[in-house]
Amino acid sequence: MTMPSALTGSGMPAWPEGGLTRVPFWVFQRDDVYAREQERVFQGAAWHYLCLEADLPEAGSFRTTFVGDAPAVVVRDNDGAICAFENRCAHRGALLCLDDDGKAKQGFTCVYHGWSYDLKGNLNGVAFLKGMKGKGGMPDTFKMSDHNPRKLRIASLHGLVYGTFSDATPPLADWLGQPIVDGIARVLEGRKHVVLARYVQALPNNWKLYVENVKDSYHASILHLFFTTFELNRLNYKGGLVVEGGGGHHISYNQLDRAQLDAAYSQQNLRSDSDYKLKDPSMLQGFNEFPDGITLQILTTFPTFVLQQIQNAIAVRQVVPRSAEKTDLHWTILGFEDDTPEQRMVRIKQANLVGAAGFISMEDGCVGGFVQRGVAGAPDMNAVLEMGGALAQSSESRVSEAGLRGFWQQYRTLMGL
Amino acid sequence: MNMDMFHKVTRAQAEYARAIDNDRLEQWPDFFADPCLYRVTTANNHAKGYEAGIIFANSKGMLTDRITALREANIYERHTYRHIIGAPCLLSQGEEGLRSETAFLVVRIMRDGASEVFATGRYLDLWRAYGDEVKLTERIVVCDSSRVDTLMALPL
Repeated sequence: MTMPSALTGSGMPAWPEGGLTRVPFWVFQRDDVYAREQERVFQGAAWHYLCLEADLPEAGSFRTTFVGDAPAVVVRDNDGAICAFENRCAHRGALLCLDDDGKAKQGFTCVYHGWSYDLKGNLNGVAFLKGMKGKGGMPDTFKMSDHNPRKLRIASLHGLVYGTFSDATPPLADWLGQPIVDGIARVLEGRKHVVLARYVQALPNNWKLYVENVKDSYHASILHLFFTTFELNRLNYKGGLVVEGGGGHHISYNQLDRAQLDAAYSQQNLRSDSDYKLKDPSMLQGFNEFPDGITLQILTTFPTFVLQQIQNAIAVRQVVPRSAEKTDLHWTILGFEDDTPEQRMVRIKQANLVGAAGFISMEDGCVGGFVQRGVAGAPDMNAVLEMGGALAQSSESRVSEAGLRGFWQQYRTLMGL
Repeated sequence: MNMDMFHKVTRAQAEYARAIDNDRLEQWPDFFADPCLYRVTTANNHAKGYEAGIIFANSKGMLTDRITALREANIYERHTYRHIIGAPCLLSQGEEGLRSETAFLVVRIMRDGASEVFATGRYLDLWRAYGDEVKLTERIVVCDSSRVDTLMALPL
């Protein structure tokens, strides 16, 4: 990699002039940036989505997840409380839990030397603590309570479990801001969540390129031609872009008014003079689930969580960085326990719109790679984010890069860049 | 169950792979009856009984729509597949048709020449005889891995 000339005291280049409208390409390339992100973003003062409450139905239920690079275990303890701690034995650092999910009766035991932990992540057993036959064993000074994997603070919101390593992170709802809490509530509140599918999409790019893509309401009608080609969106949508918190949370939405909504569902929104017609339009014959008329809501919480409502297709996405140039996108497709069989079938069919093979999102899997490859020789050049101005604020227009500028605002604050 | 059905299924699967790998995607829906079920899922999802797929279709029309979208709407870097399909294991024959399970391996060849194992897994199929041919009334594509590299555009 070409090293930029002007380095700051940290060894990183200086951020270019231009406020929030310029993003240097080195931020997607450098290993030192990636390392600092682990420390300041993922283990810093931010909340991170860990799993669903529905993943932890009873005492001992656990799910393994990631906070940035760091592997973590989320578990429901015998009191019914949700706990989370590093998936790392305090002895030699081996993974404690080797499954994606399951049920732990008493706790977790490291396979390497048999150190064991209770459901809250407290060390409660060391093999051969006193040695054998009076020989060997740990010194008298060894205290089990000094040796625990780091624990996360936990907060739940409408079935989403968040965790943070930092004591400095404000309470979750304050940190998100009311509009984001409301945006999560309108999709998830008071409903029993059912997992309909789960898979990982491996992305050939830096994690921030995917996060930018999700926040980028400018590209939607340009890159994704499915709806345009089949002329499926002929109604005049209202909509907007909400930028919240430190800038790093956002909501982008489309909304029909009441009359349009009724008409849309009765005509199934499918009148088309296009050359291309869907042979089987049943995929888009949704049901009226949200009385506010919002047919599309993409919501992100900084740094790496996405809640998606596209018609009746509900999913959460967790962006997991793997290296400066590799990212895993964890998809969880959701339904609700009180879905009728017909409603469930709608969700299953509409799941075709999203994910690795999604009609309207398969492009998102590769476009980050196009940027990663495109900027390979240009660490000192910058992305230009001037669409919709220079600020990171909410707007009625979605032809705006305010969501991206907001992300960079919060990111740079945490990173000290 | 007899050698006749074994041959018919084997032949249909060879032609199925050839249609996809030789970019004759428009022929792909014709390997299915109508209605039908085509679902791409993962071994984990299958074991847990999760209902949705990475791809889901329950009519021949939905299969045709997927090909039309790939041709006319979706944007992705040019690539091809090479399917290597094992011999079908015939499981049962009843009123619903013939059930079989067949291992597959798909190599994806990208524009720049990179050739990588894209997917391995098994087809869980239900076949119905139509004269000398058999067609799929059900094909559940159970991928061994839960990871999809970048995107899944072409069908498996």
